Parts: sequence; C-alpha cells; structure tokens
Amino acid sequence: MTMFFQVAIDGLLMGMVYALVASGLSLIWGVMDVINFAHGEFLMVAMYVSYWLGFLMKVDPIVSWIASGTFCFILGAVTYRLIIRQCLGGPALSALLATFGLSMILKNICLNRFSPNFRLLTGTLLDGKKIILGKVIFPLPQLVTGLFALAVVFIIYYIIKRTRLGWAIQATAMDKEAAELMGIKTDWVFAFVFGMGGACVGIAGGLMPSYLAVHPEVGGLFSLIAFIAVAMGGFGSIPGALLAALFIGLVEAFGGFYIAPVFKYVVVFGLYIAVVMFRPKGLFGW
Amino acid sequence: MNITKFKKQDIYWYLFIIVLVIIPLVPFVAKNSFLQHVLILILLFASMSQSWNILGGYAGQVSFGHSVFFGIGAYGAGMAVVKYGVAPWPGILIGAITASIVAVLIGYPCFKLKGHYFAIATFAIVEIFSRLFMIWYWVGGALGLDYPLVEEGWKNFIWYYTKIPYYYGALILFIVIFGVVRWIEKNRFGYYSVAVREDQEAAESIGINSTIVKLLAMAVSAFLTGLCGAFFVQYNFRVDPPMVMSLSMSMTFVLITILGGAGTILGPLMGALILIPLQEYSRALWGGLGGGIDLIIFGIIIVVVVVRQPKGIMGIISEVKNHFQNTKKTDFSLGKTKGGE
Amino acid sequence: MPLLEVHNVTKKFGSLMANHDVSFNIGEGEIVGLIGPNGAGKTTLFNCISGLYKVNEGKVLFNGIDITGFPPYRVAKLGAVRTFQIVHPLKDMTVFDNVLIGTYLREPNSEKARQITEKCIEKSYLSEVKNKRAGDLTIGLKKRLELARALATGPKLLMLDESMAGLTSTEVKESVELVKNLRGTGITFLIVEHVMEAIMPIADKVVVLDGGVKIAEGKPEEIIKNEQVIEAYFGKKYSKKLQAAKGVEKSV
Repeated sequence: MTMFFQVAIDGLLMGMVYALVASGLSLIWGVMDVINFAHGEFLMVAMYVSYWLGFLMKVDPIVSWIASGTFCFILGAVTYRLIIRQCLGGPALSALLATFGLSMILKNICLNRFSPNFRLLTGTLLDGKKIILGKVIFPLPQLVTGLFALAVVFIIYYIIKRTRLGWAIQATAMDKEAAELMGIKTDWVFAFVFGMGGACVGIAGGLMPSYLAVHPEVGGLFSLIAFIAVAMGGFGSIPGALLAALFIGLVEAFGGFYIAPVFKYVVVFGLYIAVVMFRPKGLFGW
Repeated sequence: MNITKFKKQDIYWYLFIIVLVIIPLVPFVAKNSFLQHVLILILLFASMSQSWNILGGYAGQVSFGHSVFFGIGAYGAGMAVVKYGVAPWPGILIGAITASIVAVLIGYPCFKLKGHYFAIATFAIVEIFSRLFMIWYWVGGALGLDYPLVEEGWKNFIWYYTKIPYYYGALILFIVIFGVVRWIEKNRFGYYSVAVREDQEAAESIGINSTIVKLLAMAVSAFLTGLCGAFFVQYNFRVDPPMVMSLSMSMTFVLITILGGAGTILGPLMGALILIPLQEYSRALWGGLGGGIDLIIFGIIIVVVVVRQPKGIMGIISEVKNHFQNTKKTDFSLGKTKGGE
Repeated sequence: MPLLEVHNVTKKFGSLMANHDVSFNIGEGEIVGLIGPNGAGKTTLFNCISGLYKVNEGKVLFNGIDITGFPPYRVAKLGAVRTFQIVHPLKDMTVFDNVLIGTYLREPNSEKARQITEKCIEKSYLSEVKNKRAGDLTIGLKKRLELARALATGPKLLMLDESMAGLTSTEVKESVELVKNLRGTGITFLIVEHVMEAIMPIADKVVVLDGGVKIAEGKPEEIIKNEQVIEAYFGKKYSKKLQAAKGVEKSV
C-alpha cells in the first residue's frame, strides 16, 4: 500500500511540473492558435541556463529560476516577433513547422556547444534532502519544484481571469479584430503571451537541474507530453491542462511501475486517443 | 503569335527528351559511390514525400504519423527475408497492404478531429506504434531485423557490390508514384481532395463525401509509403523501430514536401533535391565537428522558407512566373487556410 | 407526388426554438419563396433540409425518400443542392474548376465533365471570368459562381439562400433572368430572399416564417395582403396604422 502512495506522489510531483510546462503551451495555443514545437527546447535552454549558473557561479536553482524564467520570457517574445508574427496570416502549418525548425536550431546549438553529456547539478541547497511522512518519501527538490510549479500555474490562471491584462488576453484570444477595435494592442498581447509561455517553461526548467539531468534531448519528451496534456485538457483551458498534466503524471508513474517502463508512454498516448475520441475538443475545450 | 507558341512548346519537348535520355544514364556517369547513394536517397525521399503529399498536400490532412506506414512496409519486406527466408516481394505487397489497412483503421476515428487535435493524434500514433514495435518479439523487438546474406539480383532485390540497380529501382518507384499523383491531379479524385481541403462544408454541399475522400487518400498514401519503406530496408540490409518508425522520420516526409511545395506534383522532388544533398554532404563534411552543425543549418532553412514562403519552392517559382505573366491557372498548392484571403 | 415534403420540422438550440412545427410541400417545377424577417429561422430550415443540422422532430421527404438526418453530401447526391448565404467559393481555384467540381457529381469522366462545365459557365454568363481565380471576383460574380456550381451538379431541387443579398439592382435583374431561364429546364426552386422585387414576381407560391413558425403560405399577391405577414415585417403598431389608413381609403 505504501508503494501505491509513493508511486502516486512521485507521479503527482512530476505532473505538477508537466502542468507548468503545459500551461505555457496552453496559453500560446489558446490565444494565438499556434503550437510551439520548440516548447521543450525552451525548457532545455532554461535548464542549461540554470545549470551553468549553478555550476560556474554556484547560484542555487532556488534562485536561478528567476534568471532562466526571464531569459525564456525574452526568448519567447523574440521568437514571436521574428518568426511567429509572420506566420499568423498563413496556413496553420507554418507556425508549427517554423517552431520545429527553431527547436532543431536550439537543440543542436546546445549539442554543439555543450556536448551530448548528461549534466546533473549536485550540492544544491535541497540536494538529497527529503521529508518522510509515514513510510512515504517526499524528495525535497521534487517537492519544492512541484509545489512551486503548481503555485505559478495558479498565479497565471489568476492573472488571466482576474486582471485587466488577463481580460485583454482573453479578448484577443476570442476575437482578435474585435479586441483591436476596443483599442487592445494585440501585437503586444501576442508577444507578451508567447513570452509568458516561455517564462512558464523557464521557471520549471530553472528549478529542475537539481534532480533532473540536463542534456540536449531533454526537451523532446516534455514537448510531447505538453502537447498531449494541452490537447487532452482542451484548447485554451489552463484548468484542463492542469488536470490532464496531473493525470498524465499519475498514469506515467503507475503505468511504469505496475505494468512496465516501456509501456509508460504507450498508455499516456493511448489515453489521449481515448479521450479525444469521446470529446474531440479535449476535456474542456471550446 | 503562332511562332512564339510553337517555339515554347518545342523547348519543353526538347527538355523532356533530354531528361528522359539522361536520367537513366546518370549512374554510369556518376561513378562515385557516394554520389550514387545521394541520388538514390533523393529519388527515395522524393517518392516518400510524394506519397505523403497525396494525403497531406492535396487532401490537406497533415499527418505526422506516416513513418508508421513506412515502417510497416519495411517490416513487411524484412520479415519475408529474415523470418521466412523468401524473396521480399510477397512481404512487400503484404506490408504495403497492411499499412493501407492500418491507415484506414486509424484514419476513420482520427478524421473526426480538427486542426491541431488531429496533428497531435498523429504524433501519439507514431509514439504508440514505435514503442510497441520495440517490445514486439516476433518482429525482432528493439534489435530489429538483420538481413542474412542472400543471392544478389532482382529476385531478391538486393545487391552488395553495386548501387546501380538500386538507382533504377528507385527511379521506377519514383515514376510510379509520380504517375499516380499525376493521374490524381487530372481526375475527379484530385479535384475532390482539394475541395475537401479548402472548404469541407462547401464540398459536402455539392455532393462530396469528405470522409470517403480522406480515407481513400489515406489508403493510397499509406500503401505507396509502405512500398518506399520496403525499398529502404532492401537498400539498408536491416531495420529497427527507431530507424523507420520515428517522429523524426515522419517530420522528414512533411518537411521535404512543405519546403518543396505541398499540393504540387514537383514539390516533393524540389524539396528532396535541396534537402537530401544538404543533409548528406553536411553530415559528411561537418558530422565530426561536435555534431549538429548540419542540423542547425537545416533548422535555419526550415524557419526561413516556412516563414517567407509557405508554399515552398514551387511557390517561389510560380510567383516569379506570375511576375512575367498575367493569367493565373488553378493553384493546387497549399494556400491560406487560416486568417484572411 | 410533391418533390419536397417538409413535415412538422422542429429544430431547437438549447431552449431556443429556431423552427417549430414547420410544414409545407413543393411540387415539381415550382418556384417557391421562403421569406420572413431576420431571425425567423429560414436558414435554419434550409440547414435542416440539406442535412447540415439534425432535426429534433419532424420529417423531410425528397422525391418520396425520407432524407431526414441524411448527411449533406447524400442529400446533394439525391438531387437537392443548396447555396450558402455567405458564399463559399474555392478561392484559390479558377471559376472553371469551381464549376467543374460541381459537374463531377453527375459525370465522373473528366473529358465529358469539362464539356458540361463549359455549357454551365455559358448559361450562367460567367464565360468572361472563367479562368480567373475565384477569390478575386466581385461579390456579385461570386454569388453567380455559387449558383453555377450548384447548377453543374444537375440538381432536381435548387435551394438558394439569399443569393441576391449585396447585389446591385442590375445584378439582381440578371440573376432573376437566370432563374426564370432555368425554370424551363425542369429545375425546382426553393429560394430564401429578403429582396422582394427578386422573389415576388417569379414565385409560384410563398411560405412565410416568423419566430420559427410558419405564419402564412400562398400566392405572392395573397401574401402581401396577409395581415399577419404585414405585422411580422412592420410590427403591430405600424400595421394597425396601415389598416386604419386602408379603412379610411375604403370609406372615402
């Protein structure tokens, strides 16, 4: 029974991080109907930023998430300005393929400069520490990262739903032209949203090098899982993405433990197909 | 007026005859084995992408799952040779037909999905299949299938000491698949595909059963892709899941077609002509330089072309042509499907 | 046997009753107008007949066949083709190819289909623009293209949804001429219109909807005198004034 809870906790903690990554993607998809194929690579970049800050300057991930979050915000906004903006009027495929190209560029720059070696930050503040409740172990790095990620998701949701900026974003998402008629600078909204998407991933990536190894391919799987989570949760829905991400974290953990590690992702992807057969627009999509 | 027309027709004819004569002789002129390899890959990838083009370009259903069909075709041939010790031909046929059937079974539920949901579903399909094949003992699991030594020749479709027959094999594959697409373009099925792609509601209102059109495109596309997969394994002497059933293989189909011009008959060829030599030569030149530089360039090209000219190389060519002419003929290529006119 | 029979069709969107218990018939060769103020449910009714919407209650019979719930392409294949209020041309294709796609419904062979398409183009007065990109046409020509494409399918029943809206008066006259010419070729028409001078002169009978309900059916000259119709279009107050004025006229 303890094993059950342990696996569940591990899954949930991972799921919370997935939720943050997915929220960023959901924001971008919901507002501009663009799938950011480079989302996982933004995460990779963030992890490298945090890793090098930690490795070279002994900055702890607990603090360096600010740097990687900001870096990825800028990366996102720049990506929008230089690439996405040109793709918006054209075929839906353009933005997807352009971000795919971007993901190749980012991944291979890191491969070239930093080699394919796996790098793990050791000796951080939380490294190796854990909380034990009953017989269940809560590793501190994962716990802090997970809860922090969850908090950021809620903050973003709050911003979208309760602030004027958030309403401007929602308006632009629902009807770009109408929003412009109301005096909303949709171009700035788009740039901001893409930046926010990057920042989400940046924050997640900032905290993770303390327990997850950095390497050029690390973004790939996160990308895929983020896509699945967002699509399962429904276009433009952050609660949906959160729920789906937590679900995926659990399924991944249980599938890996009780069936077989190889089956982990078969179950996750199969789940997406199953959900979308009954609700073609995801759980909460509009 | 008459004289000018006559001259223009003439030039096209001369070009066609020159091409017809030269192409089969190329391998004897290009003696370099690496160059032959590149030529074979160009023909193969052009064929693969053209198969994808039927579903993704003309019918507008952008699938990232085609590597599954490529893989099934490859395993069909592979199983025949490795597990049953026979010539690959029956395996090739079975593989291609299986790919077709799987495609229709997957396609039917997936076509209910719209836009990005459909694309992501196709990702999920590739991931599911590639992992299943990794653990499926009967087809060799993660180790895949390694070809034993068999007698060279057309019966086994395998050669060890020369690449020239492979070149002809690839050429035949290419001509067949391009022929199919040419036929599609000129007949009702092509027009119906484009109508479904451009405006499904309008298409249905004039009697087009869009589901059947999509499924048919899917079936044909998957069958031809399977054939390409079979060729690949015969050329490569081995097959394993990451080699043939990967997301990156799927992306290659898509990229070559889009870069060249989706929904056009020459697009896949143009895309392959540019990207394959780039890929092969840069890997040969810079592959050792800490890796990745060729892919960085690749990525930059993708971004630039996709952003500047979503219609790809054929789009650039037709824009140049229109600059000098005034009449506009029907543009089958992937036009704007989102946003303004 | 009537060509089209609409029996007690009801269509709801949540609690909104878009069509309530609507019934009427159309005989072969007739031109029937479907009019009513905005929001009366005319396009909804079209969508129910053509299969775009599934009815909540009721039946639709075409040529004796129960087509209720048939998907749009099946209805079109049986010979009941509709056009759209907001035109749907295939923008990147030429006018010729747009019509060709329609022709392919009745003629799968490319050679023959092209010949038939040529004739359709001529009949619809589109010869001059046949090689132009459909997206580049004016709204009037786009509407005529929509009509030509529907015609090319060789329909028995042609359902036109506000095909005159947004046209200049010359274009309206041309389109009316077109419909009159076509009537002779055995095509039956169901036409939704707001432009009265386009539909009243040519319709054999008119069906009037208001608020989702059929309020009148009859010959055009009867309909324009019908009190309920006047009330639907002009409101109670004005129609009372009109009646009062008529009363005064009569007594004078």
